[in-house]
Amino acid sequence: MIAEAGHYALVLALALALIQSTVPIVGARLRDPALMNVARSTALAQLVFVLISFAALVTLHVTSDFSVVNVYENSHSLKPLIYKITGVWGNHEGSMLLWVSILALFGGLVAAFGNNLPLSLRAHVLAVQAWIASAFYLFILLTSNPFLRIAIPPIEGRDLNPVLQDIGLAVHPPMLYLGYVGFSISFSFAVAALLEGRIDAAWARWVRPWTLLAWIFLTLGIAMGSYWAYYELGWGGWWFWDPVENASLMPWLAGTALLHSAVVMEKRNALKVWTILLSILTFSLSLLGTFLVRSGVLTSVHAFATDPTRGVFILLILCVFIGGSLTLYAWRASALKQGGLFAPISREGALVLNNLFLTTACATVFVGTLYPLALEVINGDKISVGAPFFNLTFAPLFVPLMIAVPFGPLLAWKRGDLLGAAQRLYAAGVAALIAIAVLWAWTSGGSTLAPLAIGLGVFVIVGALSDLAERTGLFRVPLAIAARRARGLPRSSWGTVFAHAGVGIALIGIVCETTWNSEYIGSMKPGDVAHVAGYALKLDGLTPRQGPNFREMVARFEVSLDGGERLGVMTPSKRNFTTRESTTTEAALMSRGASQLYISLGDTSAAGATAVRIYHKPMVLLIWFGPVFMAFGGLLSLSDRRLRVGAPKPARAPRELQPAE
Amino acid sequence: MTRRQRRLTMIGGSLAVLGIAAGLVLNALRDSIVFFSTPVMVSEKHIPAGKRFRLGGMVEKGSVVRGDNLAVSFKVGDGSATLPVAFKGILPDLFREGQGVVAEGALDSSGVFKADTVLAKHDETYMPKDVADALKKQGHWKDDYGEKSHAAEAGHGASGAQDAASAARGVSQ
Repeated sequence: MIAEAGHYALVLALALALIQSTVPIVGARLRDPALMNVARSTALAQLVFVLISFAALVTLHVTSDFSVVNVYENSHSLKPLIYKITGVWGNHEGSMLLWVSILALFGGLVAAFGNNLPLSLRAHVLAVQAWIASAFYLFILLTSNPFLRIAIPPIEGRDLNPVLQDIGLAVHPPMLYLGYVGFSISFSFAVAALLEGRIDAAWARWVRPWTLLAWIFLTLGIAMGSYWAYYELGWGGWWFWDPVENASLMPWLAGTALLHSAVVMEKRNALKVWTILLSILTFSLSLLGTFLVRSGVLTSVHAFATDPTRGVFILLILCVFIGGSLTLYAWRASALKQGGLFAPISREGALVLNNLFLTTACATVFVGTLYPLALEVINGDKISVGAPFFNLTFAPLFVPLMIAVPFGPLLAWKRGDLLGAAQRLYAAGVAALIAIAVLWAWTSGGSTLAPLAIGLGVFVIVGALSDLAERTGLFRVPLAIAARRARGLPRSSWGTVFAHAGVGIALIGIVCETTWNSEYIGSMKPGDVAHVAGYALKLDGLTPRQGPNFREMVARFEVSLDGGERLGVMTPSKRNFTTRESTTTEAALMSRGASQLYISLGDTSAAGATAVRIYHKPMVLLIWFGPVFMAFGGLLSLSDRRLRVGAPKPARAPRELQPAE
Repeated sequence: MTRRQRRLTMIGGSLAVLGIAAGLVLNALRDSIVFFSTPVMVSEKHIPAGKRFRLGGMVEKGSVVRGDNLAVSFKVGDGSATLPVAFKGILPDLFREGQGVVAEGALDSSGVFKADTVLAKHDETYMPKDVADALKKQGHWKDDYGEKSHAAEAGHGASGAQDAASAARGVSQ
């Protein structure tokens, strides 16, 4: 009954989406406010029905109704409640339902809070949003229906893949989808602008908060996924350049570029055509990501699906939306008026440089991700493109970008003074040089490039702080005045400081972890002591334990400094999930400042020795603190008064279209 | 600067960056990609010792020998040829005899494949895509490899989509 209700609600949502795709457009052509307003109510109603459908699937999972295929295949009555819920999106069908739910959520938000949008723009935006929604509802209903029944219901389910039975799954996919799908709003705005043939600074002001919101979630989602892989897969890697990871990195890079170009458009009314293109590209890359993950063209850490009909369907959606929007762009972009003038050395110029490097870096990731697929299709050769490729292409492009980051905020709009900016970055440069010198003197081993890269990270962080000091007049005026000025600074300036500093922090973490991480691999018997990076880890023994739906062997390690000071106990384990007869490794982590000790277990031999892998990862936590800083910066920027108040009406004469509401 | 000059500066700069990026990509594609082979392809192609590649196939039943200090040796076969593999380190959770495996490394002078990474990228019901494709191409695909997933498909008309992510890797340095 619940399954049928959920299915039916989804069909109704499709019907509503189809109405929303057409009626408002007709209304905009006829300039009929009543028809245009249909978009608002259908978007909200659609949200309600999708949520009913999603709630139905959650209920089925929670109540372990094994007469539904999706529940039978991915759940087990003994599974803890939290994993029964998160298991809803731990499979193909459920995660697609989550995808459309979030799409409908964003559509609903625009409908609910878009009252200050011009009526025809809102109608167009919501219509485009509904095109995307209709395509994905059809996809779910035709190829991935999560509500299918089994004729003879089994007594017990097949359980969720043990790797996914982790709190990370509760957070990572929804965050990532909020980011991915959030970019659909800027896409819809871009297509709406092309359809209307009109775009101005106010448009950028409407788009920017939505882009920022999506970007914040995507940033956190990627960081969260990286940390999850780090502790769950059991070998201490945090980024594998896996195609699925790249699929989320590409929209992030394009989205970051979009955020910055939208600033130029908003402040200076320039780069319009480019911003529109970036909006389209960013969401296209999100769709590509969905295709790569959902179609099963890849076998990788995240490969969920293996059914080719789904792949073809998503490929079709991909082609229609990307091809359609780019054709529309080619056809209509010339109709948009060119923007203002600026010198190459200026804030705008710096933001163009940012865009150039980010999109180029994105393009290299694109090539590295799709080249193996293309080659296999063309001549059947199977190759793998891994970390070495990206280290040789992505990294060199990021270095000049990082050097440029502190300069950007210090340059004036229109015409900047590079020398002046350089002088104001004096302190940052000195700090970076000191860091490099100290590291060279203190550390041994590792790449000679590492101190330089850390120096670059320090430069970016101190550079961001110098910008703050410059704006508040810190060290030049009395502290009280500086503090008052700091309070008076727009939140978006604070946001910039945090986000840019976050980039530097992440860079330092990445360099430290990759250069100075130390590991111990060996087989240990109870009583053995392993020495890693100044720590002594003594294996006390192994004890079996019974979990809710697994059995595990827990090892107990006594951790102390080499000097003798006792630090605590770490308990990595090896879990055996009976339903699927599969094993997972639960790593144990111990944080010491930003550094971590990491233990994961291998097999236990007949002689009673257990294979053990121990890592010391210096500064590893900075890798994830960085993105958290970035996201926090984004949040500050989002809370800026300017965006909260909403876009002001253009100063010039009112538009011809002023329907009475 | 006139508008024209500014535009030229920008276009020139963009082309320069794109050119550099294209150069980097081509260079990296020449040096850092890794090809995939099965044992029979290795014997046919005469891959020189020291050249890195990915080896895929089935772990031969009864071939796994564990030595001292986490050294492991096993044989990887594809139905028509087998290749001895040596690895030192912790094998991934999903590594099992009679199941698919992908190892990365290079041949040594005696013809043993020295793996530095072993991936068991699959779940219990199907094999790594690369391995399955290669076996099918050579006509050594046995139906029972994929039987379980097909049975599930036929059984209740559900999709063949089996399981979610399950991958594990073993890395040794």
